[in-house]
Amino acid sequence: MSARNIEMTVLRYRPEQDAEPYPQAFTVPFTDDMSVLQGLQYIKDELDASLAFRWSCRMAICGSCGMMIDGVPKLACKTFLRDCSPAGVRVEALAHFPIERDLVIVVDDFLAKLQSITPYIVPREARSPAAGEYLQTPQQAALFEQFSACINCLLCYAACPQYGLNPRFLGPGAIALLHRYNMDTRDAGQDQRMPLIHAEDGVFNCTAVGYCSKVCPKAVDPANAVNLNKMESAKDYFLRLLPGARSRA
Amino acid sequence: MNGRRPYVRPMAGWWRRNPYFIEYMVHEATALFVGGYALLLVAGLACLAAGEAAWNAWLAWLATPPCLAFSLLSLVALVYHTITWFLIMPRTLPPIQLGGRRLSARAITTTGLAIATASNLLLLLLVGWLSR
Repeated sequence: MSARNIEMTVLRYRPEQDAEPYPQAFTVPFTDDMSVLQGLQYIKDELDASLAFRWSCRMAICGSCGMMIDGVPKLACKTFLRDCSPAGVRVEALAHFPIERDLVIVVDDFLAKLQSITPYIVPREARSPAAGEYLQTPQQAALFEQFSACINCLLCYAACPQYGLNPRFLGPGAIALLHRYNMDTRDAGQDQRMPLIHAEDGVFNCTAVGYCSKVCPKAVDPANAVNLNKMESAKDYFLRLLPGARSRA
Repeated sequence: MNGRRPYVRPMAGWWRRNPYFIEYMVHEATALFVGGYALLLVAGLACLAAGEAAWNAWLAWLATPPCLAFSLLSLVALVYHTITWFLIMPRTLPPIQLGGRRLSARAITTTGLAIATASNLLLLLLVGWLSR
């Protein structure tokens, strides 16, 4: 494999010396098997050791290397330099998140939201290991399986203009995971999760742009989870008006 | 000392940054034509209630070139609105199981578009038959 060169333009931001981010171009030799992530590693190893970016697994599992590649939210490990324009590639920190440094974003907001949705199974009744495992049919598992593929890479948040305009919005990723646990037959935590769906910053911030599902590298379809819960939220709102209905949590 | 100074990028002009967002704004904007045409029909209803002269004046106004141009533009906008509406439909429906397999997004969109086309043709035929 003969090496060719590509110009990688990276949005730099060093908080201790830059007033605002600026683009910096690097000429990177690459082979057909090199990802954008490997291009960034070349820059860090050979050209400028101060470049900051997150990565870990190199195989679309850890969800660390999400960034804007030519303006589209993508995993840098899953995007190949050979597929980028020969004229060059623009790399920028994930949109809609504050930039901590270079390609590193501040994820505190998402981590707080992830914690808020009770992202684990709340058992229906207290069980001991002696009671054996929870049983579930393949049909029951199919209800949530797709949503459990989320790797928290935040590409869907970078694809959601409503999150960019209102960062308080719970957002596609957290709602997809919330839905994943609500749909699980082993779980009984729905009542503590649904107030987040109904809230001011819940599902009705979504205007069905649908780009979140388009960019998801794991085919989770967060837009589906959000829109199914709009229906649940509307039902909850109107059904409480019926006589004898249980009051809202 | 805390050296953190996170930089928040502005959102101004966000919809011009990505072809996907431009298309989104275009298909959302077609709703203005849906609303506009609904107002036109409400005006017709008001004229019908006001009497024969007003009704005939409304009918004559419908045939004026600016009104015909608006109707034609609305037709194009509404057809596009319908297509994009059915394209997003699979994202809004719960999973539909048919014969143990999940119905594909393409099948949902195609079925929706087919029903919309058939019901519009049926309506046209019915109106044609009633106004013989």
